[in-house]
Amino acid sequence: MENLIALLIAAPLLGAAVLLVGGRRLDAVGHWIGTLLAAASFVVGLVLFAGLLGRGTEDRTLTQHLFSWIPVAGFQADVTFRLDQLSMTFVLLITGVGSLIHLYSVGYMEHDERRRRFFGYLNLFLAAMLLLVLADNYLLLYVGWEGVGLASYLLIGFWQHKPSAATAAKKAFLVNRVGDMGLSIAIMLMFTTFGTFAFGPVLGHVGDTSEGRLTAIGLMLLLAACGKSAQVPLQSWLGDAMEGPTPVSALIHAATMVTAGVYLIVRSGALFNAAPDAQLAVTVVGAVTLLFGAIVGCAKDDIKKALAGSTMSQIGYMVLAAGLGPVGYVFAIMHLVTHGFFKAGLFLGAGSVMHAMNDEVDMRKYGGLRKYMPVTFVTFGLGYLAIIGFPGLSGFFSKDKIIEAAFAKGGTEGWILGGAALLGAAITAFYMTRVMLMTFFGEERWRNRPTPSPAEPSVEPAAEERGEHAEPHPHESPKVMTIPMIVLAVGSVFGGAFFSLGDRFLHWLEPVTGHQEGHPPVSAWTVTAATLVCLVLGAGLAWAQYGRRPVPAVAPRGSLLTRAARRDLLQDDFNHVVLVRGGEHLTRTLVYLDHSLVDGVVNGTAASVGGLSGRLRRLQNGFARSYAVSMFGGAAVLVAATLLMRAV
Amino acid sequence: MNPVNYLYLAALLFTIGATGVLVRRNAIVVFMCIELMLNACNLAFVAFSRMHGNLDGQIIAFFTMVVAAAEVVVGLAIIVSLFRTRHSASVDDASLMKL
Amino acid sequence: MSFPLLTATAALPAVGAIATAAVPAARRTAAKWLALLFSLATLALAVTVAIRFDPGGARYQLTESHAWIKDFGVRYELGVDGIAVALIALTAVLIPFIVLAGWHDADPLETGNRRWRPTQGFFALILAVEAMVILSFEATDVFLFYIFFEAMLIPMYFLIGGFGDRAHAHGEETASTQRSYAAVKFLLYNLVGGLIMLAAVIGLYVVAGNFSLQEIAQARADGSLHMATGTERWLFLGFFFAFAVKAPLWPLHTWLPNAMGEATAPVAVLITAVVDKVGTFAMLRFCLQLFPGASKWATPVILVLALISILYGALLAVGQRDIKRLVAYASISHFGFIIMGIFAMTSQGQSGATLYMVNHGISTAALMLVAGFLISRRGSRLIADYGGVQKVAPVLAGTFLIGGLATLSLPGLAPFVSEFLVLVGTFTRHPAIGVVATFGIVLAALYTLVLYQRTMTGPVKPEVAAMPDLRVREVAVVAPLIVLLVFLGVYPKPVADIVNPAVQQTLSDVHKKDPRPEVEAAK
Repeated sequence: MENLIALLIAAPLLGAAVLLVGGRRLDAVGHWIGTLLAAASFVVGLVLFAGLLGRGTEDRTLTQHLFSWIPVAGFQADVTFRLDQLSMTFVLLITGVGSLIHLYSVGYMEHDERRRRFFGYLNLFLAAMLLLVLADNYLLLYVGWEGVGLASYLLIGFWQHKPSAATAAKKAFLVNRVGDMGLSIAIMLMFTTFGTFAFGPVLGHVGDTSEGRLTAIGLMLLLAACGKSAQVPLQSWLGDAMEGPTPVSALIHAATMVTAGVYLIVRSGALFNAAPDAQLAVTVVGAVTLLFGAIVGCAKDDIKKALAGSTMSQIGYMVLAAGLGPVGYVFAIMHLVTHGFFKAGLFLGAGSVMHAMNDEVDMRKYGGLRKYMPVTFVTFGLGYLAIIGFPGLSGFFSKDKIIEAAFAKGGTEGWILGGAALLGAAITAFYMTRVMLMTFFGEERWRNRPTPSPAEPSVEPAAEERGEHAEPHPHESPKVMTIPMIVLAVGSVFGGAFFSLGDRFLHWLEPVTGHQEGHPPVSAWTVTAATLVCLVLGAGLAWAQYGRRPVPAVAPRGSLLTRAARRDLLQDDFNHVVLVRGGEHLTRTLVYLDHSLVDGVVNGTAASVGGLSGRLRRLQNGFARSYAVSMFGGAAVLVAATLLMRAV
Repeated sequence: MNPVNYLYLAALLFTIGATGVLVRRNAIVVFMCIELMLNACNLAFVAFSRMHGNLDGQIIAFFTMVVAAAEVVVGLAIIVSLFRTRHSASVDDASLMKL
Repeated sequence: MSFPLLTATAALPAVGAIATAAVPAARRTAAKWLALLFSLATLALAVTVAIRFDPGGARYQLTESHAWIKDFGVRYELGVDGIAVALIALTAVLIPFIVLAGWHDADPLETGNRRWRPTQGFFALILAVEAMVILSFEATDVFLFYIFFEAMLIPMYFLIGGFGDRAHAHGEETASTQRSYAAVKFLLYNLVGGLIMLAAVIGLYVVAGNFSLQEIAQARADGSLHMATGTERWLFLGFFFAFAVKAPLWPLHTWLPNAMGEATAPVAVLITAVVDKVGTFAMLRFCLQLFPGASKWATPVILVLALISILYGALLAVGQRDIKRLVAYASISHFGFIIMGIFAMTSQGQSGATLYMVNHGISTAALMLVAGFLISRRGSRLIADYGGVQKVAPVLAGTFLIGGLATLSLPGLAPFVSEFLVLVGTFTRHPAIGVVATFGIVLAALYTLVLYQRTMTGPVKPEVAAMPDLRVREVAVVAPLIVLLVFLGVYPKPVADIVNPAVQQTLSDVHKKDPRPEVEAAK
């Protein structure tokens, strides 16, 4: 049973190796190999899941020790996997959604000549992500952590010939590296504190050390989570990451990788529980990001970037919940799973729309698509209802619980956090309704466009290559793409209810994360009612602005906030001025100094020696007799000196 | 006879040789003066050998002779090839010993 | 007496050098194959050394000892500990790839330029360097070590000054001037270091009365040889200066970018991956063992210099416009990590530093050799002259990326293991320095990815449009290096097991113990 765990990772890893090393020979079948191996991993996951269900509630942790990885004196890192309820949840989400998106990509990437490599990278991502959630110690987790970063880098920059894609990929990796720095410092702190960094011993001994140290570790882990999960202040890469192919955005930048930060915090729950200051920082980051992402999402006309803002915001909810401690851990993970369903579904829907619209991403050039793409419309619509928290659908159950838990934090903090979460829910309803209305309703703005708009370069390159600015002919996507969308839509509809019925999810996760019932200052029903009111308000506002009135094809100038939100609330401008420019000046100065100062001192010494020898050189005139004179002179001096010494 | 006289002779010969090296221009003469200096040294070695009553000086004298013979071979070859290329045996005509 | 395995390992490439040099001018190809054959045979011997070495056994194994210059107590004494075994193996592994990568670097130009480029000499010099490097890893006599430490400068000088990139942006004349400048700079820097070391070697002899590392270290350990604090510090500084020039440590680093920039890629690898390692190796073997007190005394300053090296090298790498100089500055940053690990005085730090030497050798070889292939195709070292290469030469771009990822220490590849060990080892004793050094990993990502982005991605530049992908010979060079990088990243235990006991002994030489964790949670 335990021995199957490694197989989970081995299958996609094998796929990545075969597809990337195999070369052109595999071009014809590569995508099916990749999809099959992802599905195989899912099947193994199901078998293990069945196995876990067959065990007692307290006996559901399996470990598999493979080999000793880095053995140096007290520093013992092993390659050991740990499968418990928390990792199992992630394994099923990753392999399940992953397999669906592999399938979808078969259709989506059909015309890309580098499709084999795309599937190789996707498989590499699966392997790294599974390693991340299955690792039994923080260092091995770190391998998966950077591994998914690499896969994300490769996939964002998949269309490398576009400078924007290459830049976005680099940016994502660099910002993530800043977060990774946090993770490595956290591991070092753990090592100096506990002498190990395996989950069991570290989390089991948190009581034996000072709170200050735990807070330091917690803050470093939070930094890591901020990088990977695009939380403020390291969120700037996620919007640009939409340069990648849409299936990538769905899998990596919506459903799985970006949630790794939440996993890290929940996994380290015992540590955070003992460090309330770190927990508070986590909740603040979560609350700020959930508003930040929502505001950015409202202003974007690019459908993928609007969804990216939404992802940021939803992960903000999860981080907020994770920061609440045992009250929120289970709901953070539950929202993570339901979000995995509906956000992946929404992205796949967006991809399907783009596929139909010659890879146009500007929602202002969509409109009225429901007639042409019924399946996409219905699945996207269900995802939409799920994310805004329509009663009965997944998002309703998971988000509502988080808002309740935020209020239950108590005191002023509870009211602020809860208020932020409620406000976020209203904005979510606004921007998602806006996306829905602009894409599927209203007039068909893509018809008879007067001039091809050069304003927004389209994201996918195919359109540019084909030179198509002709009127698009929207059509439904092939079955291989719609089936995954349908499956995810089913998940978005029933997932939440299924998990919440009889608190199934709670009972499943409780042994790992622990749980504590929250007691909000107002009754649960009041919170739910308030949430629904916010939902109606947000959606109504959006309808008033984008449903009742026609949407202008060119974006209006907008208010100051709108303009700032379009530019990701000026975070990029800040980065550019302070970090990029400042860094450039610093390196240029250093290059100059290295040449003129460090090297200059040495060269100066060399030059003065050279000048001296130039003068000495004149003595060497090449005439034998002058040399003879100097020899005799020297001999005479020697003799004289010897005699003198004798005399003395 | 007092062996010190031999040393005086050696010193005299050496000085004559050294002066010759310095003042003469003809390479052959310079060369002969060098030989004179070498032989002055030999004389001094042998004289010292006699004075100290051991053989070291005489042995070194043999070494000197061998070195001198080798030197003659190389030196004459250089002078001949110089004379061939420059049609002169004056040491002041060539300043080839600098870069 | 048993078979002198260590002598044989060093002598074989020396014999190879002579044999290669003796091949007639017309039989160029024969010389190349001969050099390759000898380097592979040396590799076989080095593997034998590694197998015969028993990690749990005596400190120095496979020892040989013969009288050499009796009057000064100089002996021909060889012996290897785990650290030396690892580095000999690294050297022996890399040389065949260097030979193979430089296969055409020294072909005489057929037309136009009639400069004489003796193929035989090129390969003979490489083998000569190998012989001397191996001997300096093996020597346990300080004087013997000094001789080879200095002697390897001679072939290196000719390799840097005599052979450059085939086509050069500024024309052959300028290139040749810059090359001789670089070669002379290399020589002068290292000679100055060597001279100061010579003074210290003589000083050591005056104090200790012999040159034997083992005897002196033994005498120091049991207290029979007393050194005045001042004397010990001066001698330490003399040795350390030479090694810091060779390593190179900021601010003695400026010869490296010139040398690596002007030399051909295989020679650049030889400099940074092989020859420079003698410097860091000697810090571990000589500085710490002979002068434990002075080493501890100098630690704070050296750690700060190493930290500056890490950040400074990385920042300058970001600012470079020349591919090879960029790799050179990256190497300076990495040497900062190695030196930091050595002087962190913890088992993680020193084991990490030793692994770092090995891994840095392999990763830089992979990156630099691919960069060399790239440069030879376009005839320019400037980053700005490239763009979109991945479209026309995907295998080249892919291997370049893997080399770059190894340079930025991606987990799963070998350099991560060593870099993390060094960081942890430093952090346990000096948390502030460890944290600041961690910034190095962000900067490493910056310079690597900027390099990759500017050369490989974006629209295809017309000058690179016809660029051929890697050839079979080139794949044969890169593929094994990549396999090694992955293998040592996933399973570094074999190397770690060889290195660990030697590191423990070095630590006990300086009377240092690992700091204990606050909570003993591991049990």
